[in-house]
Amino acid sequence: MSQCLQTLQDYGLRSLGIGERLLPRTGFSLCEHFALIGSGLIWNIYFGALALFFGFFLANGLALAKISENPILRKPAEWFIFLFRGSPLFIQFFVAYEALVQLPRAGIDIFGLTVETGWITRAWAGALFVLTLNTAAYSAEIFYGALRNLPKGELEAADAYGMTGWTRYRRVVWPNAMRLAWPAYTNEAIFLFHATTLVFFSSFPAFRQQGDALYYASFFADKTFNPFIAYPIVAGYFILLTLCLISLFGVINRRLNRHLPGAVRRIRYRPNLLR
Amino acid sequence: MFASCADPKTLEGLAWLFCYLGSGKHVLFYLSFGTVLLLLAITAPAALLFGFGGAMASRSRIAPVRWFGKTYTSMVRGVPDIIFFLFVPIALDQGLEWLRAQAFCDPSVPIRQGNEFVVCAAAKLPLSTSPEWVHEIYGVALAVIAFAIVFGAFAANVLYGAMNAVPRAQIETAEAYGMSQRQVNRRILIPQMWTYALPGLANLWMILIKATPLLFVLGVEDIVYWARELGSAKTSAYSYPHPDWRLYYFLGILVFYLLMTWGSERIFDRIRARLSAGQATMAGEAMRKAAT
Repeated sequence: MSQCLQTLQDYGLRSLGIGERLLPRTGFSLCEHFALIGSGLIWNIYFGALALFFGFFLANGLALAKISENPILRKPAEWFIFLFRGSPLFIQFFVAYEALVQLPRAGIDIFGLTVETGWITRAWAGALFVLTLNTAAYSAEIFYGALRNLPKGELEAADAYGMTGWTRYRRVVWPNAMRLAWPAYTNEAIFLFHATTLVFFSSFPAFRQQGDALYYASFFADKTFNPFIAYPIVAGYFILLTLCLISLFGVINRRLNRHLPGAVRRIRYRPNLLR
Repeated sequence: MFASCADPKTLEGLAWLFCYLGSGKHVLFYLSFGTVLLLLAITAPAALLFGFGGAMASRSRIAPVRWFGKTYTSMVRGVPDIIFFLFVPIALDQGLEWLRAQAFCDPSVPIRQGNEFVVCAAAKLPLSTSPEWVHEIYGVALAVIAFAIVFGAFAANVLYGAMNAVPRAQIETAEAYGMSQRQVNRRILIPQMWTYALPGLANLWMILIKATPLLFVLGVEDIVYWARELGSAKTSAYSYPHPDWRLYYFLGILVFYLLMTWGSERIFDRIRARLSAGQATMAGEAMRKAAT
């Protein structure tokens, strides 16, 4: 037990570079599996949470642009959404990485100021960038669908109150759209967290072997030639993560629907399959 | 390949590019697009078959079969699919080798020696004496099975939902006519479920297309492998030296996938329109109104 605590101390934050530098070489106890894979999960949560946060705002803007009648706004939004929803995330990672590597290594001179570019090719920035754009495209499509399905009565009521423009959007359109989109958006959030496992399997290198949960799981599976321990552990971690996400989004869902008696359905643990 | 390409050092501009894109390695690259299409062509029906089995099993009246079906269909929920893609091929490979070891090997030698999984030479899959292409085919076959199992579970969910969506009255009427369970399934349930299953299956096809680059993770020499191989910077030791061109290769692959998904979308729109025509559904009603 105390040995396991020691392992937890050594490897619990290994993915952030804190603790033991060298990965385990022999033995590979169950405790090491749990500690190291769990520490990798920090990266999955980091990518997922931040991409979800930034993507949310971008997606709202994109959805508004896509529903607008002005082709100057609509066309770029449509193309953006098509580009990111129509191609595999895996390839998007490769393209983004290769494009970012092309940036001059020494930094870019802007009005005498040198902007560092080295960090952008690192996973924490580059992969986060791609994931944000990717989830923004998928979420924008969900929000766009919600905007199209706004109840006509609510909009007419807003008009009757004399609300226009920003007030109308903030008070009637946006809350309703969120309410309608929320179950699908919950699903998208789950898929985003699953997609974070691709980061270190595509071209983004794991700096000093600091990788995500699946990176360490496959490390163990490669070393021990035993896929029956590491992969179920990482799967278990992800089921836990999914459960946490669902309860978190369920709280928000209840708040969004609080004015509708009976409509406060709990989002059940039945994550959809399809993104 | 072409006589004019015999000495690439003398070529310039477009002629150089033409010869470059026609080189032997590039032909392999083009063929690997075929690998992707082949994978899709094999996996889609296989996954549908697995899914059909899974859906039927989860509806079974025999409890153990139903449990098996429910476990199979729910295993993909909540777990990233790439975990299965990494897990299934290794697990399958070890399982097969273990079975063969039971048959062909000396039982006194343990298979699991510390951190090694060792079977005797006779039980190796494929045999170490077999030619290179057998190894490659074996790798692709494991990948295909992994895809079929994972997407079969997805399809099972879709088909299970579709079977439940068939109006209850239809089934009851068939039972009232005295049809057996098997007849009900074959004559009423299965023909009617496709309209309900189509949107889900169309989505699944899109996801399957977008999952094919994961072949690279499984070690198959697919388009991603060749794009990395061909695109990386080539020194003058090669016949066609060039700087790092991986970006352009990956952009090409991106366009390929965009075309695939775009084309599929068009085709599904057509099928959807055809299936909705004359149906007593909202889409069918909208089509009727538009026509008059």
